[in-house]
Amino acid sequence: MTVAISVENLGKTYASGVTALKGISLQVRQGDFFALLGPNGAGKSTFIGILSTLVTKTRGAVQIFGRDVDSHVYQTKLDLGVVPQEINFSQFERVGDIVMTQAGYYGLPSRLAAQRSEKYLRQLGLWDKRGQRSRTLSGGMKRRMMIARALVHEPRLLILDEPTAGVDIELRRSMWDFLLEINRAGTTIVLTTHYLEEAEQLCRNIAIIDEGRIVENTSMRKLLLELDSYAFILDAAADLPGDLAHEEPGLCLRKLDSRSIEVTLSKGRDLNGALAILDRRGVRIISMRNKTNRLEQLFLARLGGQEAGAGEEGS
Amino acid sequence: MLSNHKWIAFQTILIKEVRRFTRIWMQTLVPPVITMSLYFVIFGNLVGSRIGDMGGYRYMEFIVPGLVMMAVIQNSYANVVSSFFSQKFQRSVEELLVAPIPNYVILSGFVAGGMARGLCVGLIVTAVSLFFADLQIHSVPVTIGVVLLTSLAFSLGGFINAIFANNFDDISIIPTFVLTPLIYLGGVFYSIDLLPTFWQLVSRLNPIFYMVNTFRYGMLGESDISLAWAFAMLLLFIAALFGICIWLLRKGTGIRN
Repeated sequence: MTVAISVENLGKTYASGVTALKGISLQVRQGDFFALLGPNGAGKSTFIGILSTLVTKTRGAVQIFGRDVDSHVYQTKLDLGVVPQEINFSQFERVGDIVMTQAGYYGLPSRLAAQRSEKYLRQLGLWDKRGQRSRTLSGGMKRRMMIARALVHEPRLLILDEPTAGVDIELRRSMWDFLLEINRAGTTIVLTTHYLEEAEQLCRNIAIIDEGRIVENTSMRKLLLELDSYAFILDAAADLPGDLAHEEPGLCLRKLDSRSIEVTLSKGRDLNGALAILDRRGVRIISMRNKTNRLEQLFLARLGGQEAGAGEEGS
Repeated sequence: MLSNHKWIAFQTILIKEVRRFTRIWMQTLVPPVITMSLYFVIFGNLVGSRIGDMGGYRYMEFIVPGLVMMAVIQNSYANVVSSFFSQKFQRSVEELLVAPIPNYVILSGFVAGGMARGLCVGLIVTAVSLFFADLQIHSVPVTIGVVLLTSLAFSLGGFINAIFANNFDDISIIPTFVLTPLIYLGGVFYSIDLLPTFWQLVSRLNPIFYMVNTFRYGMLGESDISLAWAFAMLLLFIAALFGICIWLLRKGTGIRN
């Protein structure tokens, strides 16, 4: 197995005394689409900052494609593309100039830089905007421009720190397609996001970080199999009868409003049982949706468990 | 990183810097020209005609080298401090820091940008001075050499200021409270022969005094100090500033957490 990122006992304490990372160890395989999740202040951005050398680590070792980031700084930087959480380009420059400049920083000759800029600006739907000042772009366009900028030197590893924050759903899905395409082409991707649906849709492996520690590190598939129950919202075609509540082992029906029902199913139970009960009562269902994102339930459970554990340790 | 890549990275930073100060030419190129023109009119022409000669030259001829040097110093410094601090402020400096560029290439790019603006303004001010005085060049190598080294020194100074600056006030404190007094007391408008002995000695502690006088020698052939000493001072000054800049970049002061 070729490892794209290998982190051993990584720690970071800022000058203010805040310890953002408390000795985390993690591996990301080459070609993976990896999710790094955690609440605000968990240490995700510090972790990414250390990988990209913007933050100096306090302890531990970091390797990118087998090379230590301290002793092979230039090669590891060549392998890395970073899309940060915050907007970090000059608001006064033109879109095309920003991407071309980044290509120049990586030593790309001007002809190749121009070709690559055109390629990625076109792929991300920004070619028509290349002459515009970057401050005139919409929020979604700014995010896409930062992706084009990070890809212009064609890195083997792309780190995306909440790339779709503030982006509308249509655009978000087109960005997902683009990211899946470059991942299929061989680029390893590490993604942090607050949209858990995004992580569930895109990523094969996942780590959850909380208070500077890794609290979960597994495959997305295994994690989702751990779910004990699923909740769905069903929408009825007509007003529901009053006495709809039903509870039996592994199945619970609850009326939410005059035309909505919440169905909670334990692992192993299927939805047909609930639909049969509703059918017997003359309820016709016209649509259904997940009550919450499945990953969200697990995510909150992991964080909740960690908090409870910390409380026990303290007492 | 290959040498060719470093050269491309250097060119990229320099081009970006030149693009920046030419894009905002109303803020960067025009104001110093207007200010220096006023100096020529008021000090050189109106007041200077009553002063008479200074150091064996008409007062206007005497102040032209000092005013050109003042423009070069202020603009070299201002370009680097404002550009690098803006990049810190907008966080676009991260574009540079994540890229595989050695620190000395980053520094060279910004310093070359500062020198480009300093020399550009210096040339424009020299051209304006032709309306008021004849251009004299006593020694081309000394004139060009000292102006290049001075511009380099103050570009490096601007870089250090930008590294430590946390807000826009911090980038104006040094130019206002340190640089401007040193320039005014550096013999731009007078020869130190006019000063009492004690203040002549104090003036000799001012590095700008050596730069202005050497430049004046290059143009007029007249100086208060030894050329060899002046160039040695300048080179030492540059070496020290360069070393401090590289050390700060390596430490990540003000730019890496």
